[in-house]
Amino acid sequence: MTDDQALRVSKIESGTVIDHITGGQALNVLAILGIDGTAGEVVSIGMNVPSDRLGQKDVVKVENRELSQSELDVLSLVAPAATVNIIRDYDVVDKHLVERPTEVSGILQCPNHNCITSEDEPVDSRFEVLDGGVRCEYCDTIIREDLAAHILA
Amino acid sequence: MQHDHIINAKQLSRQDIESVLDRASDIAADPGAYANRHENALLGLMFFEPSTRTKMSFSAAMKRLGGDIVDMGPAEYSSVTKGESLADTVRVVEGYADAVVLRHPSEGSAKMASEHVDVPLINGGDGAGQHPTQTLLDLYTIRENAGLDDLTIGIMGDLKYGRTVHSLSYALTNFDTDQHFISPESLKLPRNVRYDLPETESSIQEHTKLDEVLPELDVLYVTRIQRERFPDESEYRAVAGQYQIDADTLEAAKDGLTVMHPLPRVDEIAYDVDETSHAKYFQQAQNAVPVRMALLDSLLGGTR
Repeated sequence: MTDDQALRVSKIESGTVIDHITGGQALNVLAILGIDGTAGEVVSIGMNVPSDRLGQKDVVKVENRELSQSELDVLSLVAPAATVNIIRDYDVVDKHLVERPTEVSGILQCPNHNCITSEDEPVDSRFEVLDGGVRCEYCDTIIREDLAAHILA
Repeated sequence: MQHDHIINAKQLSRQDIESVLDRASDIAADPGAYANRHENALLGLMFFEPSTRTKMSFSAAMKRLGGDIVDMGPAEYSSVTKGESLADTVRVVEGYADAVVLRHPSEGSAKMASEHVDVPLINGGDGAGQHPTQTLLDLYTIRENAGLDDLTIGIMGDLKYGRTVHSLSYALTNFDTDQHFISPESLKLPRNVRYDLPETESSIQEHTKLDEVLPELDVLYVTRIQRERFPDESEYRAVAGQYQIDADTLEAAKDGLTVMHPLPRVDEIAYDVDETSHAKYFQQAQNAVPVRMALLDSLLGGTR
């Protein structure tokens, strides 16, 4: 982390830092993770921070919560370059990249209003991850652009 | 065939398809040999949408195998009207039957329902999604009349919402076929169906006019263009009129052209076509019984 960013968002004692999020996607990242502040977590967000690698990036820090790899891999849909740091006692104890999952479940809403997952049935949405998009495993509808617009509320 | 449920044409390999069609041929040749094969077996019918052919031919098939049916009846008289979910309804019917056929207006309904039951579940049509057993009887009819390899087929009409088209076009990719899709611009194959078909232009081509390809075709598969797909009556009439055939239209076709239609037809095939040697759509409808018998036999453990 550069000094510049350190000034903007201070270090956390323990939790998860998600760095190199595509600029402007931090709120979608939180939405995908189901973090909306109601559970009382301390969350810090930096948006459109200058980045050597991405030009502009977002950073999200979630204190006292270590997010699992499977929770984080879903983020690759909106933030493919994201890096994840697990922090304990101010030290990075684990650092990894997000990997593209083969399937995402319960994260996205199928845009097909006639899909069974849009009805009042006991079923979670499930999408196969394709190159450059996702596809509903129930009705085969493909979403290519703007996945973030389909994140379940 | 190693499938618990029949949901989608995509799950059927060439070998699966051929094994059902071969068995259907055996049944058609000697129906008596299969007459008591599934005595006491019950097929549950869950039709949330109207159906004549699919429902009656499944009933006939099950009865001709020695079994019987239990029918949920029209959805408006069932517990669905009390707000019961499909997931619950199918779990209840599972308790009464050895296999279930489901037709439902929502895409993906059969897949979801199959996740809640252990008995074989057969998709009898899910919205604009898939209709895999129609595809099997279509393939049977094509094989009888034109053969499935080295085949040039034209599929015409409503390619966007026509579930029989979606299942058939995918299943045909298991064979050496050239597929020509003929439809108005607004009813072209949807992106999600096109995605599963080969990219090569030689095997898949789209057209807006039948006369561009009619002379090349071995099979012409016609589907109905529905009035409700168009904003107004005049536009519907103008468009639908271009995709109607009669005996004169077929003058330009090969002598051996096979004309098929999943039925019901409205006016897309004129009655004068019925008198020509091209007309195979009633034979196609009749083939539903041996093909569905073969499928049920295989799902209910016919090879044991």
